[in-house]
Amino acid sequence: MLLCCIADDAAGNILVSSALVNCSQTLPSFTAQRLAFHKFEREINENFGIEYIDHPWLKPVRFPQNRATGQSTIANYPFFRIESEELHEVGVGPIHAGVIEPGHFRFICNGEQILHLEIQLGYQHRGIESLFLEKKKLLQRTTLAESIAGDTVAGHTTAFVNLWETLCGYEADEDLQFTRTLALELERIAIHTGDLSAICTDIAYQLGSSVFGRLRTPVINYFQSWCGNRFAKSLIRAGQNHFPFNETLAEQLLKMLDAFEPDFDEMWAEFHTLPSALSRLEKTGVVTKEQVSNIGTVGMAARMSSISRDIRATHPHDLYPTLAHEPIIKHHGDVYSRTHIRYDEIKQSISYIRRLLEKIPPENKDRKALKKPAANAFSISLTEGWRGEICHCAITDERGELVHYKVKDTSFHNWLALALAVRNNEISDFPVSNKSFDLSYCGHDL
Amino acid sequence: MIDNLKILLHQGKQYIPDVTTAKVPDVFRGRPIIHPGKVDEKELVELCPTGAISASPLRIDLGKCTFCGECAFACPEKISFTTDHKIATNDRQRLVIVEGDDSHIKLNPDLIRAEISSYFSGSLKLRQVSAGGDNSCEWELNACGNVNFDMGRFGIEFVASPRHADGIVITGPITENMAALLQICYDATPDPKIIILAGTDAISGGIFEDSPALDRRFLDKKQVDLYVPGNPVHPLTFINGVLELIRRRK
Repeated sequence: MLLCCIADDAAGNILVSSALVNCSQTLPSFTAQRLAFHKFEREINENFGIEYIDHPWLKPVRFPQNRATGQSTIANYPFFRIESEELHEVGVGPIHAGVIEPGHFRFICNGEQILHLEIQLGYQHRGIESLFLEKKKLLQRTTLAESIAGDTVAGHTTAFVNLWETLCGYEADEDLQFTRTLALELERIAIHTGDLSAICTDIAYQLGSSVFGRLRTPVINYFQSWCGNRFAKSLIRAGQNHFPFNETLAEQLLKMLDAFEPDFDEMWAEFHTLPSALSRLEKTGVVTKEQVSNIGTVGMAARMSSISRDIRATHPHDLYPTLAHEPIIKHHGDVYSRTHIRYDEIKQSISYIRRLLEKIPPENKDRKALKKPAANAFSISLTEGWRGEICHCAITDERGELVHYKVKDTSFHNWLALALAVRNNEISDFPVSNKSFDLSYCGHDL
Repeated sequence: MIDNLKILLHQGKQYIPDVTTAKVPDVFRGRPIIHPGKVDEKELVELCPTGAISASPLRIDLGKCTFCGECAFACPEKISFTTDHKIATNDRQRLVIVEGDDSHIKLNPDLIRAEISSYFSGSLKLRQVSAGGDNSCEWELNACGNVNFDMGRFGIEFVASPRHADGIVITGPITENMAALLQICYDATPDPKIIILAGTDAISGGIFEDSPALDRRFLDKKQVDLYVPGNPVHPLTFINGVLELIRRRK
């Protein structure tokens, strides 16, 4: 069965259609009409062997261990090539210069100028979706959700627990929702601040790199004082809360934010008016509104180019309905837009956290136990992580056991935007463009 | 210029003066202690998501533990986690905590190769390879070099090329798709070289241990010089572990 789910942002619902197909069938592709489908159809082809007659770019996605296209291996990916005396190819990765995840970038360049970039992923594939079915204990599945992308623990774990509670017919108490909402906003502040530091590093701006880098520390250390882990692992659990929030924690958090904000604002004021920094950020790595709309990017990678796409506003979960979120939109689609959006979102998250702290829901000490997941159910969960939309889906059989689990990280949509952003840029601008997207390798490769 | 100086002034002193004595908050889960007393061991074994707990006698393998703390929530009288973050060792067996053991985890000097302190005690350059790491250990290894932890003051640094490195630090459970590349990177590092496994996923595979998408054969015939447990590793665990490994011994 082929299920297609499309979120209708205007109506705030999700449209689902289904069709029965035979894996040996050959199908016409949607991609031929709408580019946004290209990755999904490539994934269906790779996982199940369904052939598409008119797919323009039917290439491997991540070389999963159980792929239907068994003859292809990660070492013989079919790169796009241009035969020319004038052009040359540059290969970067899979192991990169910094301490980051692996992925391969293949550039076709004319001198210093990039004509084309192809991004090959899959090195991080750990078989997460299969493991969701094989590991039967809820704690194992929660641990898996926490490990999909270790920089988005709150994002993916919230997506998982909301999905699981829905399957079990469980309505989360307000204190659970509070924990999730607060963790998501804190994670956004932490990673955005770290990314501002990394953007400064990539343009060799030492002061910004050090100051934003150290400003991230109190935020993740706050997670450590709350739940014992700097990345919020073990904080979010389905139908449970080991680390109830209280007045003392609220006081600590306000103290941390009060100290964070002036230093952060001061550094930003210096950085975003510095001509030598701006000259590296403005008009670098531009993706137009039209391109973004064709690719179907989500999260920051949509909001940077005038497209308002934010699950917190269109499909609000947990305590977001009470915050009446208004997405922050930028219009130039360049590295600067992607940098500025981070500053604005950090400020917005801080104000949301201050509002959340005005009314801390008491811990429910008499929580109901989780039931077994419903039989023959289909459930879908959307969460706005710091990168953007995260989607988890599950299908159960007649005994309520998982028969299918699907994870879609924000990055699955967005990698193509990076490939288009760097066209006609100098290759030396690639690192800062890449960092301004900060996409996930493991979230994509699963 | 004046603005820059003001910013510097407002930052104050950010570095941790002595990383060997730095403390973490009480809720942090470091080295666990298994207390004496009767308990349903089977229940605890069953509870653990990664099979880190085994019975008779009850023990926890920190090479498999995700430090989720669920065992301590279920049986707080039996298992408690201390804030002791110095849990790196070169002896795989030492990562197994048995009932009643409340001693510090130390390196086994007999397992440290002679060339390590003579070559690396003043300077150690490392090449990091993420082989299925979830990017939390990678962030923490980067944090080791930030102005707070400032690992560079000890001459320990991550470098871009394996040719410039004295060893490799592996994160992640080692995926099949990274296995060949990890080998190439290791081979490109000049001798003598060390291997550090950072994080539970790297040490045992963690939650991914039995996934068919892994290929951990790289580790089969290699001596691992340092195991750094954690999910992810804490910068203090990593830095203190490496300092212990490379320090001169009389």
